[in-house]
Amino acid sequence: MSVLVNKDTRLVVQGITGSAGSFHTIQCMDYGTNVVAGVTPGKGGQKFQDSVPVFDTVQEAVDIEGANVAAIYVPPPFAADSILEAIDAEIPLVIAITEGIPVRDMAEVKARLSTSNTRLIGPNCPGIITPGECKIGIMPGYIHRPGKVGIVSRSGTLTYEAVWQITSAGHGQSTCIGIGGDPINGTSHLDAVKLFHEDPDTEAIILIGEIGGTAEEEAAAFIKENVDKPCAAFIAGRTAPPGRRMGHAGAIVSGGKGTAEAKVEALLDAGISVAETPSHIAEALFKVWKP
Amino acid sequence: MNVHEYQAKQLFADAGVTVPRGTVAQAADQIDQALSSFTDGQAVVVKAQIHAGGRGKGTFTNGFKGGVHVVSSPAEAKDKAEAMLGNVLVTKQTGEEGKEVGTVYFTEASDIDKEFYLAILMDRATSKPVIIASTEGGVDIEEVAEKTPEKIVKVLVEPTLGIRPYQARQVAFALGLSGDSFKQCVKLVTKLYAFFWAKDCSQVEVNPLVLTPTGDVLALDAKVNFDANALFRHPDVVELRDLTEEDPKEVEASKFDLNYIALDGNVACMVNGAGLAMATMDIIKHYGGSPANFLDVGGGANEEQVENAFRILVSDDAVKAILVNIFGGIMKCDVIATGIVNAARKLDMKVPLVVRLEGTNVEQGKKILADSGLALEPADSLAEAAEKVVKLAAQS
Repeated sequence: MSVLVNKDTRLVVQGITGSAGSFHTIQCMDYGTNVVAGVTPGKGGQKFQDSVPVFDTVQEAVDIEGANVAAIYVPPPFAADSILEAIDAEIPLVIAITEGIPVRDMAEVKARLSTSNTRLIGPNCPGIITPGECKIGIMPGYIHRPGKVGIVSRSGTLTYEAVWQITSAGHGQSTCIGIGGDPINGTSHLDAVKLFHEDPDTEAIILIGEIGGTAEEEAAAFIKENVDKPCAAFIAGRTAPPGRRMGHAGAIVSGGKGTAEAKVEALLDAGISVAETPSHIAEALFKVWKP
Repeated sequence: MNVHEYQAKQLFADAGVTVPRGTVAQAADQIDQALSSFTDGQAVVVKAQIHAGGRGKGTFTNGFKGGVHVVSSPAEAKDKAEAMLGNVLVTKQTGEEGKEVGTVYFTEASDIDKEFYLAILMDRATSKPVIIASTEGGVDIEEVAEKTPEKIVKVLVEPTLGIRPYQARQVAFALGLSGDSFKQCVKLVTKLYAFFWAKDCSQVEVNPLVLTPTGDVLALDAKVNFDANALFRHPDVVELRDLTEEDPKEVEASKFDLNYIALDGNVACMVNGAGLAMATMDIIKHYGGSPANFLDVGGGANEEQVENAFRILVSDDAVKAILVNIFGGIMKCDVIATGIVNAARKLDMKVPLVVRLEGTNVEQGKKILADSGLALEPADSLAEAAEKVVKLAAQS
């Protein structure tokens, strides 16, 4: 069916009363996501939308409402603290939407993650969606359709582009995971590919990457050795000037590392169908996947 | 965010990292005062302060050669400084237009016994800070890494523990130091790491770190980059920002929270989302065009931002056509369409505009564009839009 989230997900939203948090939580509830609690320190006891209980701490949301996934919309200066609070409450899956968290804070969070059983997705990501069951994040729900394609991406709108191409062609997605555009993130391309590899209901995989780092190359190496499912990919940033940060903090080519060419080469070497342009992502998949 | 060498050295000095003594002049009448602390006959290094590298081999547009000079007296230093201040220096990194030198930096010339390389940066692969050191200093470190990787030592620091004494010693041993020089190096590395962490640097680089004939260890050069995400907690660092070093269009865009980077092509683009914005540049290139910029208007841009984005795009004389590519999710297509129409009317845009809308309320959005009476070229897919805009740019 899916990976990580489904109709049994019990979501707590950290920062539920803020402008971004409340707006997107309403969208997610409309989609059918089971939002069981919100957290805003100092606003415990309130009800969000007259239905969702708001707590002062994440621990209360876990103890009282049985929350098992956390979404974070807390502003950047306080977001790392919110992630750490969710880890301490032993929430198994934490999805950090917040953009602009200092890298130093994320280095500390990453160190803490390694001593916990929590999986972090993001930060600086659109979130995760299992179409028809559960949407956590800021993606437009209606462009998705339940189906067999697993999608992992560092970028938000570029993911929508791929999703829309698959949906327009009459197919659908098992789960779409936005891992975020920051240099330090919780879940990598490789981690997401492993999940799709093991998911019996994901038939094909789309990997969307961009310049910077070597995460796409690591995923490609794993696919080459282990994955029999058809895979397609697109890498953004072939025309980006070296040394400049292209919007995403992680999208920077430095010292000749992280170039689009190196990534495309690794993907092709792994037998992955690579799209020439962002308009041809579904087409690239259909070359290797006959649904 | 980058700072000038003299600012980086001041920050180093404040943090207890040893640097050569230095002073600055930002106008001709400040030169005498800046040089008053140097004694007659003392060797002085005169350095033009611009963010670009390659200063030593650069040439000023007035014909004066070299942005870095070592001279044997303050009087000579004055001559060099006067030739630099207020003039434009062209280096291999500035592009043909060069950079105007607003500040000249004077430092004591140091006698050098050995040159090393030292840097600290955030390692993406491990999510930890890494200290990089090499006995091969004063040269291009990328080249050292490629040809003689065994001459580079890397020490990973646990973010939650910070640098430990044995790690600083590891660096000093790797540089082959002993005695008092060893102790100085351990202290310098420890202080530099503390600075890197406390100020949220994304990178600090000392190339070269030098050993003097008298056994002193000091940072002869200093390059510091700060994490833009963390500037909110460092108002003192924000004050060091030199707007004259940045593209005026980029400075203007940052006022409206627009993520803009100037490039040298002639097809401008306006996109929501960084990944899609990069991919849009790529597809322009794919169809034979050349992108004039990167512009991400973000997930929730309002009409004012759209209008300002257009204003900045058309202020670039090289732009021959504009491509708007919006995948409306949270951002509704009808809102964007209204913004585009209003901006186009207000700005009286002369260059052709290709608009590709997809996503939430796309039909209403397309209708608003069609009913506007403006000469807009609609497109259904990104590929079609890119082909159209490249063709239009070539024609105009």
